[in-house]
Amino acid sequence: MESINIFVKSIFVDNMVFAYFLGMCSYLAVSKTVKTSFGLGIAVVFVLTITVPINYLLQNYVLKQGALAWLSESFADIDLSFLSFILFIAVIASITQLVEMVVEKFTPALYNSLGIFLPLIAVNCAIMGGSLFMVEKDFAHVGEATVYGLGSGIGWLLAIVSIAAIREKIKYSNVPKPLKGLGITFIITGLMGLAFMGFMGFQL
Amino acid sequence: MSKKNLKLITNPINKDNPITVQVLGICSALAVTVKLEPAVVMALSVTFVTAMSNVVLSLLRNTIPKRIRIIVQLVVVAALVIIVDQILKAFAYDISKQLSVFVGLIITNCIIMGRIEAFALSNKPIPSFLDGIGNGLGYGIILIIVGFSRELLGSGTIWGFQVIPDSFYEAGYSNNGLMILPPMALIVVGIIIWIQRSKNRELIED
Repeated sequence: MESINIFVKSIFVDNMVFAYFLGMCSYLAVSKTVKTSFGLGIAVVFVLTITVPINYLLQNYVLKQGALAWLSESFADIDLSFLSFILFIAVIASITQLVEMVVEKFTPALYNSLGIFLPLIAVNCAIMGGSLFMVEKDFAHVGEATVYGLGSGIGWLLAIVSIAAIREKIKYSNVPKPLKGLGITFIITGLMGLAFMGFMGFQL
Repeated sequence: MSKKNLKLITNPINKDNPITVQVLGICSALAVTVKLEPAVVMALSVTFVTAMSNVVLSLLRNTIPKRIRIIVQLVVVAALVIIVDQILKAFAYDISKQLSVFVGLIITNCIIMGRIEAFALSNKPIPSFLDGIGNGLGYGIILIIVGFSRELLGSGTIWGFQVIPDSFYEAGYSNNGLMILPPMALIVVGIIIWIQRSKNRELIED
């Protein structure tokens, strides 16, 4: 039950884009057509679902204060949490590299359509943000962390696909010239964010 | 300072602004701007990391193999961010708590990676340093404008001090609670872009 709650919450209430503005760079740059943004969204879901649980295990069995106690009693008061940034980013960068190679080998069609987006994911703040929020939320076990990663990814996918659909249509509207492109996208995202605030306090 | 070097600092502040023109580093720019103080701290941290990482990678640029450069860049940036994080935790604990995960997210801030890739890897250390400072300041200016307007309209304070007199509140004025909500940051940036582009016509997209 708790897991379902985390899942729904991470999609709607704690939406990566609308509540925390994470992954905005690729969100703005790639959302010109629905097709490419869907591809990038799927890649983000994939990488988040893998990296959040791995980083959860790292955090709880290596980095946290006293986490090394399973090795030997004498390590019980070691606190390595200052290393978390560097380890998380290393995990993320290597997983994206790995995912890229696997996708290239087994599904060349998907690889060609994702193309440049896969390496870009390493520096997508939504991925790093997922891991850092996972530390802050202090989940009970690795299952909850996986569900959180999956949910955040789906929330991001939802956001980028909907903005891409709006941008495809808005091309035909009469937007003031200086506001065209980037400006209007910001304002629409703001309005969508306000709509998403309606989910606040939502609980299953 | 020569004209060319001065340009490296002044260009990113207006017509080459990292946020409104290059569309880099928006992620963290919006979340920390409810109040002016965290916005200023964030701007300073990003300026420091951009400038220092530009210098370090510009010094290393001839020794890094092309294929593994992303990992090398991430490690350098992550090390610098850890320094910033530890300094903030030691000297400004309250602000570091407010910024929460966004200090860590400086690592994946696209401004830093973008400037390293676009500038530091093909230029000497001193121009790279200036470029980093310039882009940090350009980012900072937008953060400060957004933080200022959100704090003023949303809480009626600036830097934590009340600026709107009590007599206004008695006359029926009230704070706009909407400005504190995260989506308003996006709308404020949208308006900044609108103003900037109507002044500077060459930036308009078609």
